[in-house]
Amino acid sequence: MARIAGIDLPRNKRGVIGLTYIYGIGRTSAKNLLAKAGISEEIKVSEWSNDQVQQLALMIQDEYKVEGELRSEVQLSIKRLMDIACFRGIRHRKGLPVRGQRTKTNARTRKGKRKTVANKKKVTK
Amino acid sequence: MARSIRKGPYVHHSLLAKIAKAKESSKKAVIKTWSRASMIIPDMVGETIAVHNGKSFIPVYVSENMVGHKLGEFAPTRTFKGHAGNR
Repeated sequence: MARIAGIDLPRNKRGVIGLTYIYGIGRTSAKNLLAKAGISEEIKVSEWSNDQVQQLALMIQDEYKVEGELRSEVQLSIKRLMDIACFRGIRHRKGLPVRGQRTKTNARTRKGKRKTVANKKKVTK
Repeated sequence: MARSIRKGPYVHHSLLAKIAKAKESSKKAVIKTWSRASMIIPDMVGETIAVHNGKSFIPVYVSENMVGHKLGEFAPTRTFKGHAGNR
Protein backbone atom coordinates (compact mmCIF):
# COMPACT_ATOMS: atom_id res chain seq x y z
CA MET A 1 0.00 0.00 0.00
CA ALA A 2 1.47 3.29 -1.13
CA ARG A 3 0.63 6.15 1.15
CA ILE A 4 2.02 9.56 0.25
CA ALA A 5 1.09 12.90 1.83
CA GLY A 6 -1.77 11.31 3.74
CA ILE A 7 -3.39 9.94 0.61
CA ASP A 8 -3.82 6.30 -0.42
CA LEU A 9 -2.75 5.96 -4.01
CA PRO A 10 -4.86 3.72 -6.24
CA ARG A 11 -2.93 0.47 -6.54
CA ASN A 12 -4.03 -0.68 -9.95
CA LYS A 13 -3.14 2.49 -11.87
CA ARG A 14 0.04 3.45 -13.69
CA GLY A 15 2.52 5.47 -11.67
CA VAL A 16 1.99 8.77 -13.50
CA ILE A 17 -1.74 8.61 -13.04
CA GLY A 18 -1.57 7.32 -9.49
CA LEU A 19 0.49 10.28 -8.34
CA THR A 20 -2.06 12.75 -9.70
CA TYR A 21 -4.49 11.58 -6.99
CA ILE A 22 -2.50 13.84 -4.67
CA TYR A 23 -3.88 17.38 -4.64
CA GLY A 24 -1.16 19.57 -6.08
CA ILE A 25 0.43 16.93 -8.29
CA GLY A 26 -0.70 16.95 -11.90
CA ARG A 27 0.50 15.07 -14.93
CA THR A 28 3.55 17.28 -15.41
CA SER A 29 4.80 17.12 -11.84
CA ALA A 30 4.06 13.38 -11.71
CA LYS A 31 6.18 12.87 -14.83
CA ASN A 32 9.03 14.96 -13.46
CA LEU A 33 8.93 13.17 -10.11
CA LEU A 34 9.09 9.73 -11.66
CA ALA A 35 11.85 10.72 -14.07
CA LYS A 36 13.90 12.12 -11.21
CA ALA A 37 13.36 9.01 -9.10
CA GLY A 38 14.24 6.83 -12.07
CA ILE A 39 10.98 4.90 -11.99
CA SER A 40 9.20 4.03 -15.22
CA GLU A 41 5.87 5.76 -15.72
CA GLU A 42 4.34 2.52 -16.91
CA ILE A 43 4.87 0.63 -13.66
CA LYS A 44 1.73 0.25 -11.58
CA VAL A 45 1.57 1.78 -8.14
CA SER A 46 1.23 -1.67 -6.56
CA GLU A 47 4.57 -2.71 -8.11
CA TRP A 48 6.56 0.07 -6.46
CA SER A 49 8.96 -1.13 -3.80
CA ASN A 50 8.79 0.35 -0.34
CA ASP A 51 12.03 2.20 -0.96
CA GLN A 52 10.63 3.80 -4.09
CA VAL A 53 7.51 4.90 -2.26
CA GLN A 54 9.66 6.33 0.48
CA GLN A 55 11.81 8.17 -2.04
CA LEU A 56 8.79 9.70 -3.80
CA ALA A 57 7.26 10.72 -0.50
CA LEU A 58 10.43 12.50 0.51
CA MET A 59 10.74 14.25 -2.83
CA ILE A 60 7.17 15.48 -2.66
CA GLN A 61 7.67 16.66 0.88
CA ASP A 62 10.74 18.67 -0.06
CA GLU A 63 9.78 20.14 -3.39
CA TYR A 64 6.02 20.40 -3.59
CA LYS A 65 3.27 22.06 -1.66
CA VAL A 66 0.45 19.54 -1.56
CA GLU A 67 -2.90 18.74 0.02
CA GLY A 68 -3.88 20.77 3.10
CA GLU A 69 -1.03 23.23 2.90
CA LEU A 70 -1.75 24.03 -0.74
CA ARG A 71 -5.50 24.25 -0.14
CA SER A 72 -5.03 26.75 2.66
CA GLU A 73 -2.65 28.78 0.51
CA VAL A 74 -5.27 29.00 -2.24
CA GLN A 75 -7.91 29.98 0.29
CA LEU A 76 -5.62 32.67 1.67
CA SER A 77 -5.00 34.23 -1.72
CA ILE A 78 -8.72 34.29 -2.40
CA LYS A 79 -9.29 35.89 0.98
CA ARG A 80 -6.65 38.51 0.21
CA LEU A 81 -8.47 39.39 -3.01
CA MET A 82 -11.74 39.71 -1.13
CA ASP A 83 -10.23 41.83 1.63
CA ILE A 84 -8.75 44.44 -0.68
CA ALA A 85 -12.07 44.65 -2.53
CA CYS A 86 -10.59 44.51 -6.00
CA PHE A 87 -12.64 43.37 -8.97
CA ARG A 88 -11.63 39.74 -8.67
CA GLY A 89 -12.36 39.79 -4.93
CA ILE A 90 -15.83 41.16 -5.52
CA ARG A 91 -16.54 38.43 -8.07
CA HIS A 92 -15.43 35.83 -5.53
CA ARG A 93 -17.71 37.35 -2.92
CA LYS A 94 -20.68 37.30 -5.22
CA GLY A 95 -19.97 33.77 -6.40
CA LEU A 96 -19.72 34.82 -10.03
CA PRO A 97 -17.06 33.92 -12.59
CA VAL A 98 -13.83 35.80 -11.93
CA ARG A 99 -12.12 35.82 -15.30
CA GLY A 100 -14.54 37.77 -17.45
CA GLN A 101 -16.77 34.97 -18.69
CA ARG A 102 -20.33 35.74 -19.73
CA THR A 103 -23.05 35.42 -17.12
CA LYS A 104 -26.14 36.03 -19.24
CA THR A 105 -26.19 32.29 -19.83
CA ASN A 106 -24.02 29.47 -18.54
CA ALA A 107 -21.57 30.17 -15.68
CA ARG A 108 -23.44 27.44 -13.78
CA THR A 109 -20.29 26.11 -12.12
CA ARG A 110 -19.93 29.33 -10.18
CA LYS A 111 -23.57 30.26 -9.80
CA GLY A 112 -24.79 26.81 -8.77
CA LYS A 113 -28.07 25.19 -9.68
CA ARG A 114 -30.55 27.26 -11.67
CA LYS A 115 -32.93 29.31 -9.58
CA THR A 116 -36.13 29.56 -11.57
CA VAL A 117 -37.83 32.92 -11.41
CA ALA A 118 -41.58 32.55 -11.06
CA ASN A 119 -43.73 34.27 -13.69
CA LYS A 120 -40.77 35.37 -15.69
CA LYS A 121 -42.25 36.67 -18.91
CA LYS A 122 -41.32 34.77 -22.04
CA VAL A 123 -39.91 37.00 -24.74
CA THR A 124 -42.61 37.35 -27.38
CA LYS A 125 -41.40 37.07 -30.95
CA MET B 1 0.51 38.14 -22.31
CA ALA B 2 2.35 39.67 -19.40
CA ARG B 3 4.15 42.97 -19.69
CA SER B 4 7.89 42.86 -20.25
CA ILE B 5 9.83 43.21 -17.01
CA ARG B 6 12.37 45.43 -18.75
CA LYS B 7 9.79 48.19 -19.05
CA GLY B 8 8.83 48.13 -15.40
CA PRO B 9 5.31 48.68 -14.12
CA TYR B 10 3.10 51.06 -16.08
CA VAL B 11 2.13 54.22 -14.23
CA HIS B 12 0.79 57.24 -16.06
CA HIS B 13 3.37 60.04 -15.96
CA SER B 14 0.97 62.66 -14.67
CA LEU B 15 -0.04 60.34 -11.83
CA LEU B 16 3.61 59.75 -10.99
CA ALA B 17 4.15 63.51 -10.77
CA LYS B 18 1.13 63.92 -8.54
CA ILE B 19 2.33 61.19 -6.19
CA ALA B 20 5.81 62.66 -5.97
CA LYS B 21 4.25 65.97 -5.06
CA ALA B 22 1.96 64.42 -2.45
CA LYS B 23 4.91 62.61 -0.88
CA GLU B 24 6.80 65.89 -0.59
CA SER B 25 4.05 67.91 1.00
CA SER B 26 3.13 64.98 3.25
CA LYS B 27 -0.35 66.41 3.40
CA LYS B 28 -3.18 63.99 2.91
CA ALA B 29 -4.95 65.15 -0.20
CA VAL B 30 -6.98 63.00 -2.53
CA ILE B 31 -5.26 62.47 -5.86
CA LYS B 32 -7.67 62.39 -8.78
CA THR B 33 -6.85 60.24 -11.73
CA TRP B 34 -8.41 58.82 -14.87
CA SER B 35 -5.59 56.38 -15.34
CA ARG B 36 -7.24 53.09 -14.37
CA ALA B 37 -4.57 51.09 -16.15
CA SER B 38 -1.79 52.35 -13.89
CA MET B 39 -0.29 49.78 -11.61
CA ILE B 40 -0.21 50.42 -7.87
CA ILE B 41 3.41 50.89 -6.85
CA PRO B 42 4.79 50.88 -3.30
CA ASP B 43 5.06 54.69 -3.37
CA MET B 44 1.28 54.94 -3.41
CA VAL B 45 0.73 53.03 -0.17
CA GLY B 46 -1.02 55.23 2.34
CA GLU B 47 -2.35 57.67 -0.25
CA THR B 48 -5.97 58.03 -1.15
CA ILE B 49 -6.44 58.00 -4.89
CA ALA B 50 -9.74 58.91 -6.51
CA VAL B 51 -10.11 56.64 -9.52
CA HIS B 52 -12.53 57.55 -12.27
CA ASN B 53 -15.06 54.88 -13.11
CA GLY B 54 -16.45 56.60 -16.19
CA LYS B 55 -18.91 58.64 -14.18
CA SER B 56 -17.44 59.71 -10.89
CA PHE B 57 -14.27 59.39 -8.84
CA ILE B 58 -14.14 56.50 -6.39
CA PRO B 59 -11.76 57.14 -3.50
CA VAL B 60 -9.41 54.23 -2.97
CA TYR B 61 -7.24 54.06 0.11
CA VAL B 62 -4.16 52.16 -1.00
CA SER B 63 -2.94 49.48 1.39
CA GLU B 64 0.14 47.30 1.15
CA ASN B 65 -1.80 44.31 -0.14
CA MET B 66 -2.89 46.21 -3.22
CA VAL B 67 0.59 46.68 -4.65
CA GLY B 68 0.81 45.04 -8.04
CA HIS B 69 -2.86 45.45 -8.89
CA LYS B 70 -4.19 48.07 -11.27
CA LEU B 71 -6.06 51.11 -9.99
CA GLY B 72 -9.10 50.29 -12.11
CA GLU B 73 -9.68 47.05 -10.22
CA PHE B 74 -10.82 49.06 -7.22
CA ALA B 75 -13.32 51.30 -8.97
CA PRO B 76 -16.12 49.16 -10.43
CA THR B 77 -17.60 50.51 -13.65
CA ARG B 78 -20.92 48.73 -13.50
CA THR B 79 -23.75 49.02 -11.02
CA PHE B 80 -25.92 45.98 -10.58
CA LYS B 81 -28.83 46.56 -8.23
CA GLY B 82 -30.39 43.12 -8.64
CA HIS B 83 -33.25 41.90 -10.79
CA ALA B 84 -36.76 43.36 -10.55
CA GLY B 85 -38.21 40.17 -9.09
CA ASN B 86 -35.80 40.04 -6.20
CA ARG B 87 -36.73 43.41 -4.76
